[in-house]
Amino acid sequence: MKGTEAFQELLPLIKDDEPVVHANGFICRESFALKDREANFYMIGSMGLASSIGLGVSICKPEKKVIIIDGDGNVLMALGTLAMIAAEAPKNLIHVVIDNEVYESTGSQRSLSSKVQLEAIAKSSGYKNTIRVEKKDEIKAAFLKLKELPGPNFLLIKVKPCFEPSTGRVTHTPEEITKRFMQAIG
Amino acid sequence: MVASEISKIGKSFYMLSLTSQSFIKCLIHEGYKFFTGVPCSLLSGLIYELEGQKEARYIPAVREDAAVGLCTGAYLAGTMPVLLMQNSGLGYSLNAFTSLNLIYNIPILVIMSWRGKDGKDAPEHIIMGDIDKKLLQTARMEYSMLNKENCEEVLKKAKKKIYEEKLPYTLIVEKGLFDERH
Repeated sequence: MKGTEAFQELLPLIKDDEPVVHANGFICRESFALKDREANFYMIGSMGLASSIGLGVSICKPEKKVIIIDGDGNVLMALGTLAMIAAEAPKNLIHVVIDNEVYESTGSQRSLSSKVQLEAIAKSSGYKNTIRVEKKDEIKAAFLKLKELPGPNFLLIKVKPCFEPSTGRVTHTPEEITKRFMQAIG
Repeated sequence: MVASEISKIGKSFYMLSLTSQSFIKCLIHEGYKFFTGVPCSLLSGLIYELEGQKEARYIPAVREDAAVGLCTGAYLAGTMPVLLMQNSGLGYSLNAFTSLNLIYNIPILVIMSWRGKDGKDAPEHIIMGDIDKKLLQTARMEYSMLNKENCEEVLKKAKKKIYEEKLPYTLIVEKGLFDERH
């Protein structure tokens, strides 16, 4: 499956008021291009921090399901944050990783995730439930299951690189992203 | 709580001498209830006090940039965050500040210890102890030195930066300002 297809499966499963924190690069741009939402936080810089931002949101908004859409490069940069998430253990957090095994938006240089199982690291860190999917038609059932079960939960989606450099960048200014995200999640 | 009440409560705490206990109480009364960071011995008294609070929580972070991320998430969810760190953590967190907080207008109250003051410290602290203030200035991040007498004044400055401009503000803590606990 291509990365775009993973987003096409995933995004319709997310309700309008559910906060989603996006990792920088391909993740932000692809999600923005397919379906822009007010409750989307697009992290355009600060690589590695989507997971800690999502953790902060989930701790302070325990009544909402909080979703992080992360990339393999981001997760590898912030493996320690997996331990923070596991230790704090917010029940309402779902950490989705779109794993294309490359740094796609900078020219598809290889990452380490072809040799390292990120879902196994999450599991051993102490995430409550982890699922790895490699086929498009497995995404819906896996995501909905992880949304039901108390978290923190981890969904690894293995994809093939597919990024079109013509896919635009997020057009909202960072300040606008902050304002509308905060308003949308109340 | 209305602003006048907060300032009244704040004042009564400022009247006390500055200790780890009175400073944490004061921050809590100012509305700071979400704390994270990476420890420094100079901040150990503060973290010890935080761990015993019912109204506030301290979440240990693994690195200072992850602490910045955590603070950012808390702020986005409507909670004003405080980050405690050694000045060594400024190196780790600088990109987070420049490519996240400073451009998204996401404030954090940063309490940063000053290791390496006047070149008198362990070797690993000397360079950062010399350049940390210059780094903050270069990144156009405002800060104040906290001392025994100026707590009310610097917290007011911080509040203005944080609530009006929505930008981070740093309070720098020298050795000996707060007690160290082991």
